[in-house]
Amino acid sequence: MGTPVTSGIVRRTPSIRVGLFLLLALGAAALFLPHFLPDPRAQPDLVSGVLLPPGWSHPLGTDHLSRDVLARLVYGGRVSLAIALGAAVLAVTLGAGVGLVAGYAGGRTDAALMRVVDAALAVPRLILLLLVVALLERIPLWGLILAIGATGWLGTSRLVRAETMRLRTLEFVRAARALGASHARILLRHLAPNVAGPLVVATTLAVGDVMLLEAGLSYLGLGVQAPTPSWGSMIFDAKPYLVTAPWVAVAPGTAILLGVFAVNLVGESLNRRFGGRWT
Amino acid sequence: MNRWLFRRAASAVGTFLLACTLLFFLMRLTPGDPLLRLSEDRPMTPEALANLRAHYGLDQPVMTQFVVFLGGVLRGDLGASIEHGGRPVVSLLRERLPASLLLGATTLLFNFMLGIAIGSWQARHIGRRLERWVDLAGLATASAPSFWVAIVLAWAFGTELHWLPVAFMHDPLLSTDAGRLAHLLDDLDHLVLPAATLAIVTVGVTARYQRAAMLDALRMDAIRTARAKGLPESRVRWRHAWPNTLGPMLALFGLWLPIVVSGSVFVESVYSWPGLGTLAAEALASRDYPVLMGTAVLIAATVVAANFFADLAHRWIDPRLRNS
Amino acid sequence: MSALLEVRDLRVRIPLPAGTVTPVDGVSFSVDCGEMLALVGESGAGKSLTCLALLQLLPAAAYLASGSTALLGGQDILALRGEALRATRGKRIAIVFQDAGASLNPVLTAGDQVRETVLAHLPMTRAEARARAVSLLGEMGLPEPAVQYDRYPHQLSGGMRQRVMLAIALAAEPELLIADEPTSALDVTVQAQILELIDHERRTRGLGVLLVSHDLGVVASRADRVAVLYAGQIVEQAPTRELFGAPAHPYTRGLLAAIPRLRGPFATTRPMPGSVPDPASWPSGCRFAPRCPERFARCDALPAITQPSVNHAVRCWLAEGGS
Repeated sequence: MGTPVTSGIVRRTPSIRVGLFLLLALGAAALFLPHFLPDPRAQPDLVSGVLLPPGWSHPLGTDHLSRDVLARLVYGGRVSLAIALGAAVLAVTLGAGVGLVAGYAGGRTDAALMRVVDAALAVPRLILLLLVVALLERIPLWGLILAIGATGWLGTSRLVRAETMRLRTLEFVRAARALGASHARILLRHLAPNVAGPLVVATTLAVGDVMLLEAGLSYLGLGVQAPTPSWGSMIFDAKPYLVTAPWVAVAPGTAILLGVFAVNLVGESLNRRFGGRWT
Repeated sequence: MNRWLFRRAASAVGTFLLACTLLFFLMRLTPGDPLLRLSEDRPMTPEALANLRAHYGLDQPVMTQFVVFLGGVLRGDLGASIEHGGRPVVSLLRERLPASLLLGATTLLFNFMLGIAIGSWQARHIGRRLERWVDLAGLATASAPSFWVAIVLAWAFGTELHWLPVAFMHDPLLSTDAGRLAHLLDDLDHLVLPAATLAIVTVGVTARYQRAAMLDALRMDAIRTARAKGLPESRVRWRHAWPNTLGPMLALFGLWLPIVVSGSVFVESVYSWPGLGTLAAEALASRDYPVLMGTAVLIAATVVAANFFADLAHRWIDPRLRNS
Repeated sequence: MSALLEVRDLRVRIPLPAGTVTPVDGVSFSVDCGEMLALVGESGAGKSLTCLALLQLLPAAAYLASGSTALLGGQDILALRGEALRATRGKRIAIVFQDAGASLNPVLTAGDQVRETVLAHLPMTRAEARARAVSLLGEMGLPEPAVQYDRYPHQLSGGMRQRVMLAIALAAEPELLIADEPTSALDVTVQAQILELIDHERRTRGLGVLLVSHDLGVVASRADRVAVLYAGQIVEQAPTRELFGAPAHPYTRGLLAAIPRLRGPFATTRPMPGSVPDPASWPSGCRFAPRCPERFARCDALPAITQPSVNHAVRCWLAEGGS
């Protein structure tokens, strides 16, 4: 008789709970811990406090400039999260805009837009970012958000376009047209709300992507600039001391992993809830 | 078939050229003068700067520059490297490409073999506890930053355990007349960690796709018929259901290539693997824009070509598409 | 000959969020060797589920309620598991589905799909099995069977695909054939050809056939006996002549009255009001009562089965001779 096939719905509510819990914990840490921790940008105590292993006064040890790793981790987390949220919202909004227009207009507009999307997808996002960032001087935080967001709308546009095309054929759109609604009104009032759910999924998953991207850029020295801590740059700084003080590298890497993992878990669960088409 | 082939190839070329156009204008639109950044590290007189500008055609109007650029792309001339003393970008790329291809191909091989195996296994045992853990594990590995995994693996297997080498592609101390087998083993040794790193962070997605494709295939009416015929369950799964997953998996291949390329920028630089990734990272550090652009153009060409071949393979695999 | 297939009290349940439903509720019938029993009813009556249940091919969520038995040559096929079940499917019972386009695997050739059935059940070499597959395709009326062997399903017409399905079903020489609306998707001439092929097997090899159909014309011309299914239950069962000549159940009468006739004014066509109730909300008591023009007080209780004559069974209070 074969294995029972549970049509795409895998009973996995624990994962939503785990994901949300993790996120909440990380979020709370990001918000509240800084009050209890020394400023990570403070003057380093180069004499006595370099590369201390985890202990009471420094729960995650210190780095090569005597800075408290936990403090840097938490501050860095705030920065990473801010960038991730900003860029994700930007990317999804742009993508949704393009997708709605392409899907609704159809015909030549759609074909032209999708051509551009296909061509842009040929260059990996990271490479695009490297090109952009290499040209700039110091990048302010908002510039980073803008750059990352502006390079990430392609995938969302495809998904939104497909969904719009599906919705376009439904009765209520035809009814609205028959009642004389303008195209803009239909797009904004009727179609956009129907893709809101999937857009939440897309945004959540985009946050995870951006976190990884930003960490990578910081690792290469292109993202968040010193002395503002970033998980990516912390890993880069820790490389030479890996053998003697592994915790300095392990901590930020684990933080990235947990953060992205938690976000992905929530995104996955939302995805299932909204019909499972959005990854 | 031939008509389709022609149209699809033309479309691929068009997409590639459009991508180059986008790249060019992206560079032009980004605020910042490339030569000014260059001269930060190498102080030069205003005349030298002006000469450099003229030499690179940067004093021409934008459209002229664009035409020159596009013409160069079509001819296979991607300019000259600033950092490497005027050496043609194309020759630099050619030098580094094989290493990246080797790494990329090995990674894709591991990735697809493992991913398909795991995904199929997951489809068979879906909903059960172990399968859920495997799924979470896949999600976790996909959430890890590739450069960090590279560092950790290099440290664990190289520095601590001394099982595998962690830098470059060849052992610089291996003498040249040590025999072909020794050299081959040495190369493979060096390939393991970088390829493993890339495979680890990408296998989760492949497994997911395969699981979904397999579940979809098992839902087909044709599978009900196969069981009704009294075929053994293994034949139903592998001869009837699984071939129907090849199409969706090929589509994944086209999506995957950009991700492997991106990941390899980090992984190559951690392991000092002499490929395009390290080239890009070096060019980044020295602000060598021609090399950066050239790398981007080459990658775009590779992605477009890979998608084209994936489409071609899809048409060949699916009998319904073969002759239409 | 004794009954080839004897189904008793077949019950299929499906657990739903709102509660368990029983779309097949206590179905009993039998099929003899060489006999064609037609199972008729409107969409939603439970005909397809009945067929799938016999081969234990129910959709994942559905299951057989205990107490359901189906004896094939004396052996309960509903109790079979594993290898025994596999050996029975295709070899002793075969099934032909309605949509051959979806039921055939698009990535395998038509011939291979016939051959693998042969190889699964009969001891032959691959070459022998291939030869048998080719000859089967020929018997089913496919021109140039050796060429068609290498064709893919999408390259064949609907009629040809159905012939392939039939070839697959007959490949291992089954005792019983279940045909679930085998011709509904085909045009009339092809329909007749397919049905003739089935009849031929019946006559020459004593194949028992369970034909599911909503086409009463086909049923009238080919079936030996008819069972009428309504809302998960068989409401009338009789030899064809008798069912069409003297229908005892108001539903059957309604079905026959709804068929447009060549003779007489069209006004004699009387479609039945209403439709088959949803399994989640079956009336207690007689399930046809809400639509029945002859209902009376007693119909509030589920009717028992009575036999107005030999071989003729009805589930209706009217048949007990009172009204």
